[in-house]
Amino acid sequence: MVNHVTRDMELRQRAWDAAAQVVDPEIPVLTIADLGVLRDISVHDGEIEVAITPTYSGCPAMNMIAVEIEVALERAGFRKPTVRTVLSPAWTTDWMSDDGRRKLKEYGIAPPQAGRGRRALFGVEEVACPQCGSTDTETLSEFGSTSCKALWRCKSCREPFDYFKCH
Amino acid sequence: MTAASITVSETPLVLYALRRADDALILGHRLSEWCGHAPMLEEDMALANMGLDLLGQARELYAYAAKVEGKNNTEDTFAYLRDVRQYRNLLLVEQKNGDFARTMVRQFFYSAFADLYWRAMMTSRDATLAAIAAKSEKESAYHLRHSSEWMMRLGDGTEESHRRAQAAIDDLWAFTGEMFTVDASERGLIDAGIAIDPETLRLQWLKIVSGVLGESTLARPANDWMQKGGRIGHHTEHLGHLLSELQSMQRSFPGATW
Repeated sequence: MVNHVTRDMELRQRAWDAAAQVVDPEIPVLTIADLGVLRDISVHDGEIEVAITPTYSGCPAMNMIAVEIEVALERAGFRKPTVRTVLSPAWTTDWMSDDGRRKLKEYGIAPPQAGRGRRALFGVEEVACPQCGSTDTETLSEFGSTSCKALWRCKSCREPFDYFKCH
Repeated sequence: MTAASITVSETPLVLYALRRADDALILGHRLSEWCGHAPMLEEDMALANMGLDLLGQARELYAYAAKVEGKNNTEDTFAYLRDVRQYRNLLLVEQKNGDFARTMVRQFFYSAFADLYWRAMMTSRDATLAAIAAKSEKESAYHLRHSSEWMMRLGDGTEESHRRAQAAIDDLWAFTGEMFTVDASERGLIDAGIAIDPETLRLQWLKIVSGVLGESTLARPANDWMQKGGRIGHHTEHLGHLLSELQSMQRSFPGATW
């Protein structure tokens, strides 16, 4: 019994390490672990089930992420892994890791502000330019190149940039 | 060979999920019709983005309706293989895009409701509906902010933009009352804590709408005669045309995939 439990824990850890490497196809500097999309992995009789949570309801990257997880797990030696989508609790940008925020900024995307409730979006948002750090910035468009981003512009260095919206 | 329509066992919960799914699918489809035609690139992307959010909400709701019904229906058969009289969406969302002002007014009326509705539904005793609500309310907040800002730009913009926005408001106003209607099938779900009573949102909705229209120098119509019928499949002439395009592929080539 103890061996069984230990084996499952080891399997789970190995599966997690493999799945956690999968990157967001639209923001390839972020892994699904950085994003907080990877929620849980369970092991039943040696079979692996991965739970992911969608960022936005209609995010087209989710289908691809599910396929990539299956591929990553099969490469790591797991047979027929399943990927399940869980809706609750709803994904929030607060789940993004600090490491993920740093990587986003280095990639040129302003990270979502941590710990901001969704109602903050009706107040004043202060978004720092990922290029020069200035907070003298303005919204160009509420909706950007993907569901999760808005288009902003820095009034200091004049560069336009993507902002990962608070959710 | 063409695909025949499915039959649906519309128990109260199945019907409830289908009604909200149909609202999201039809409005999302209308927004997708703008793709490549919007007045500027940023708006083209915004409308497609919002359409995608709505399509995502519709998928979750259809999948849930299929699960509750427990027959052979799927999210795809609900969307592609029901005829116009089987659709349960609000008349408001099937109205044609018209000009940009008309699309934005429709979006504003709906988003102001959807934002309140999904937030209230987060406390539903039905765990799946509550989870869908928790995702949808974040998205609807962005949709409301976007369309509110356009109300102000159009209303307080040029004489022409003001005229077009006011004309759209006057035309679409009679379709807003249907959002607050409840029938016997929904009353039971409300009593059981699964659904919320939309009547409790009416004053808040009016306050939001009046506030934004006031700031936009636009007038709220005085008439309170309201059109309805979508919830029981009595649609305006526009929905059939929309469906003929949305369903064309699956009706002509049943089960086609790529």
